[in-house]
Amino acid sequence: MTALDEVFARCRQERRAALIGYLPAGYPDLEGSVRAVQTLARHGADIVEVGVPYTDPLMDGPVVERAASTALAAGFRLQHVFEVVAAVREAGAVPVVMTYWNPVLRYGVDRFATDLAAAGGAGLITPDLIPDEAQEWRAAAQRHDLAPIFLVAPSSTDDRLQMTTAACRGFVYVASTMGVTGVRASVGDAALELVGRTRGVTDLPLCVGLGVSTGEQAGEVAGFADGVIVGSALVRTLADDPSGGQLAWLTEELAEGVRRA
Amino acid sequence: MSSTVAGADRFGDFGGRYVPEALVAALEELDAARVAASADPDFRAELDRLQREYTGRPSPLTEVPRFAAHAGGPRVFLKREDLNHTGSHKINNVLGQALLAVRMGKRRVIAETGAGQHGVATATAAALMGLECTVYMGRVDTERQALNVARMRLLGAEVVSVPTGSATLKDAINEAMRDWVTNVGHTHYLLGTVTGPHPFPTMVRDFHAVIGEEARKQVDEAVGGLPDAVCACVGGGSNAMGIFHAFRDEPTVALWGFEAGGEGVASGRHAARFSGGEPGVLHGAATYVLQDADGQTLETHSVSAGLDYPSVGPEHAFLHDTGRARYAPVTDEEAMEAFALLCRTEGIIPAIESAHALAGALKIGPELGPGTTILVNLSGRGDKDVDTAARWFGLVDESGEAQVDAETDGADEVAAR
Repeated sequence: MTALDEVFARCRQERRAALIGYLPAGYPDLEGSVRAVQTLARHGADIVEVGVPYTDPLMDGPVVERAASTALAAGFRLQHVFEVVAAVREAGAVPVVMTYWNPVLRYGVDRFATDLAAAGGAGLITPDLIPDEAQEWRAAAQRHDLAPIFLVAPSSTDDRLQMTTAACRGFVYVASTMGVTGVRASVGDAALELVGRTRGVTDLPLCVGLGVSTGEQAGEVAGFADGVIVGSALVRTLADDPSGGQLAWLTEELAEGVRRA
Repeated sequence: MSSTVAGADRFGDFGGRYVPEALVAALEELDAARVAASADPDFRAELDRLQREYTGRPSPLTEVPRFAAHAGGPRVFLKREDLNHTGSHKINNVLGQALLAVRMGKRRVIAETGAGQHGVATATAAALMGLECTVYMGRVDTERQALNVARMRLLGAEVVSVPTGSATLKDAINEAMRDWVTNVGHTHYLLGTVTGPHPFPTMVRDFHAVIGEEARKQVDEAVGGLPDAVCACVGGGSNAMGIFHAFRDEPTVALWGFEAGGEGVASGRHAARFSGGEPGVLHGAATYVLQDADGQTLETHSVSAGLDYPSVGPEHAFLHDTGRARYAPVTDEEAMEAFALLCRTEGIIPAIESAHALAGALKIGPELGPGTTILVNLSGRGDKDVDTAARWFGLVDESGEAQVDAETDGADEVAAR
């Protein structure tokens, strides 16, 4: 059983959804990001999604985009992501990495998989890599026992839902709304509908992201999904209070939310 | 299609679809629509009519002997895409895609623009066909191409200035992609060059292929044969693919793409992807990308906003690697010299982008020598660049006030006495 499988098995036992928190590596700087992901891990995140800052993050809204720019300006280098991954593991949560494809391609797909596995990473979420283009990565993931995690979207056809979920391990990232990352007032019916359609084609855990920012929303999503992904709200909170105090508080609120369903 | 295309969506190892899943359905829809349209005589007829009656096609071929006198022997012919309505080749692709958008029932188009030519062409087609239009443009570019911003607004388009990243063309594309992924239900992304995810590189090339088809006939009428070399500037590479395509299967015709060498490749301030770039992925396509050791996109520099882009169409990457086309950098300085030369020898003010192709012709001319023919794609006119050129040549001061030369100063003094 992989570390991700264990998380979802435990959550099922506890009759709750998993909390997955996203923060970019190297934001506000390397040391600060190590502290921040450990705060998430220690205050209730089951899985921490460590983002790779990238110059051209075309799936991200302004909050994450600004954080990526800040991290790059503060000297983020790709190999730093493995330090942050190791820090998540050390603090007791399961780390996965989220990255645009070009940094991995440039680093070397197999080399990246080797280093990610060595740091204790469990998988890789690829917002601009669809399974159709991922032969090399899927083979490397298999070799290194990493989970390839692809996204499904409201616009995915049933055929593509089937093909995409068949290529996933660990969990499926359900992008609940059409659009970029960011905080939204309501998560909307699209998420519920998409989770329903995706359930029809896979037994993998389904984790819903894009737009969740409060414990209440997390509770709502936990009512129909296996995991709740929170990103921009955490990044914004860390930006407002780099000490991490508010980050701990929000993580606890969200962790309570996923137990409320 | 051509035998050199490896898969429907690939050019050798290049191309593909490196996009969020949310966009796949829209790309499939677009691909189906373009394939159906290209087989539909009504669509062809409507596009032909617009090209003739609205754009003013065929664009002329102009021999430029006074310019050619500086090119070391060959005869030089310009394909006059600068004379198209809206002032550049961009309108060819825009009319095709706008017709497709209408066929797909989309009510809104969005576009990215660097120099503003593609944005102007898109705003124009949107006005013509009653579509809503939003154009994304890097803040640096809105400043250096203010005239084109005003043109787009006059045409009814919303122009969004993009301050993120390097605030140039690549960032405008990021922002357009973000808009598209959010509004894909009713919006068509009218991508302006031969890059991006499949089917854009193929579709945009096909809508521009008319440039090469016309030019091939016109050169044949003028010299009784094929040109020896075809020169084009390459930013994303749409005008180059447009003129190259008709000659690709003619091995005697050398294909030359000229990239923005900026302040020189050694300076690091350039946009010469084939001199300093490595294969990678940007904006949905596998292609050559100017990137650092971590795969982060590098900042580019060019005096020309339209060539100031860190990646290049995937078919160019393929033509480069197979050796079918050659690519060389042209510096800001060389481009501006060629710009001035065409102005003064032929009375034609070229776009600074196109001036890179002219400078390239001056470079390769001596190798080809007398008795040969060079075809240059004059992809756009230079009205939008008058301010940049005037500053470059010191014709205006920092605030844009006209500088008069010493002789005129003297005359003024005499007049004042």
